[in-house]
Amino acid sequence: MARKAITGNGAIALALKQVEPDVMAAYPITPQTEIAQNYAQYVANGDVVTEYIAVESEHSAMSAAIGSAAAGARTITATSSQGFALMWEMLFIAASLRLPITMPVITRALSGPINIHCDHSDSMGGRDCGWIQLYGEDAQEGYDNAIQAFRIAEHMDVRLPVMTMIDGFIISGAIGPVETLDDEQVKEFAGDYVSVNPLLNVEKPVTVGAFDSLGGWYFEHKVTQNRAMENAMDVIEEVGREFGELTGREYSHFKTHEIEDADIVLVAIGSAAGNVKTVVKKLRTEGKKVGVLKVRTFRPFPTEQIREALSGAKVIGVMDRSDSFGAQGGPLFTEISAAMYGADAHPQIINFIYGLGGRDLFPDDIEGAVEMLEKAAAGEPVAQQRHYLNVREG
Amino acid sequence: MSKSAKTKKEKWDISDVQNWGPGRHEMGATIPESGNADDYETGGWRSERPVRDLEKCNDCMICYFACPDSSIRVENDKMVDFDLEHCKGCGICGQVCPRDAIEMMNEIKACKLEEK
Repeated sequence: MARKAITGNGAIALALKQVEPDVMAAYPITPQTEIAQNYAQYVANGDVVTEYIAVESEHSAMSAAIGSAAAGARTITATSSQGFALMWEMLFIAASLRLPITMPVITRALSGPINIHCDHSDSMGGRDCGWIQLYGEDAQEGYDNAIQAFRIAEHMDVRLPVMTMIDGFIISGAIGPVETLDDEQVKEFAGDYVSVNPLLNVEKPVTVGAFDSLGGWYFEHKVTQNRAMENAMDVIEEVGREFGELTGREYSHFKTHEIEDADIVLVAIGSAAGNVKTVVKKLRTEGKKVGVLKVRTFRPFPTEQIREALSGAKVIGVMDRSDSFGAQGGPLFTEISAAMYGADAHPQIINFIYGLGGRDLFPDDIEGAVEMLEKAAAGEPVAQQRHYLNVREG
Repeated sequence: MSKSAKTKKEKWDISDVQNWGPGRHEMGATIPESGNADDYETGGWRSERPVRDLEKCNDCMICYFACPDSSIRVENDKMVDFDLEHCKGCGICGQVCPRDAIEMMNEIKACKLEEK
């Protein structure tokens, strides 16, 4: 093990190198570029035996990854924003063919207007494409999730692709401290790759991606995809526990801070969870009963566990770094609201939209949100939907 | 190669597939065998069918290589007939035939002739 000062992208590229998959098919895009660049460098230097496929677009990147994974190779790619959007139709195919591809996603706004900065419009837009989604707060979590993704994706009860998110620039480009494992430790943790029905097995020829025909079995296959998602709930926890035994950093579906006696709980995802935690610590010194719940697993969504964790709160503030235009609120808000509908007590849930296109989220903005939640907790009427933090008024 | 001459290692038993629930299917909708395009009869797509003039044909095999659907049946180096269960009537065989030995006939007309 070692402690390194490294960018979020650098940490993720290192994790991928340490696993050393068979194939990487990737196209560089801001702010993911450093991952593609570093990995190409590892290949050029002979540090890894990975076959690097330099494709001409992200649609091709995901297509090549699908072909590679179907052939029986452990396969990775990485993307951001418009690249993620260009992969769109292939993302569904990777999931429905049950190919355990792993993909770091360095979250960035979607055009337009053209914007290269962080928000979650890309990955949140892909929340229903059948991939497992894990969100990391910082470079350390980006590194750790990138490694665990292989074990989760390749588990025989799951066999689904996994995307691991970190926030573009804020984490991907910032240098921070990361505890890294030795190459041998990572390789041992990831284990050997086992392929299912690989195309290159001439002893057992198979057809992958055939037409389901009219009146076929599409519906039944969709049911199996969701069963795999349900299985992933336990597998993500198992892998997170095992990773904790190795590193001392245990992972589950979410992490809480000071929520046991909290009247007010802020729910956040990605790097902002760290900012919220800092503010919560300050407000605790002022005697305010505030806590934070940081979501890691967004797909499959840990509904029951989150419902239980939030059951004691009077008011919940859900912070979304992307909007779902015309919906009741941001994607995290609608998930949390639906989860809490099944609770015995119904806390008021208020949605904050922040950070779109990389707009800064200052501690004052979070404190302002908490003030609003306090009003709601005191019984004052507060609108449920879409309070924008640090947006210019007028 | 004629259909009957093909050998298959093992046949994927899908006789009961109409009753299969999600748990019965292969992961990722994979088809766990090869060569099963044979089982999918596509001859019904055809609006024209190839008809061979036996006097003109000299078994040169150009149609065999040009056919995009393996629908030219050959046995003992001789062109035997067309596999009408799979021939989609594209007409390429007739186009490439150097002796004009293959003509495309309207499918309905051909069926009526067959009935007689």
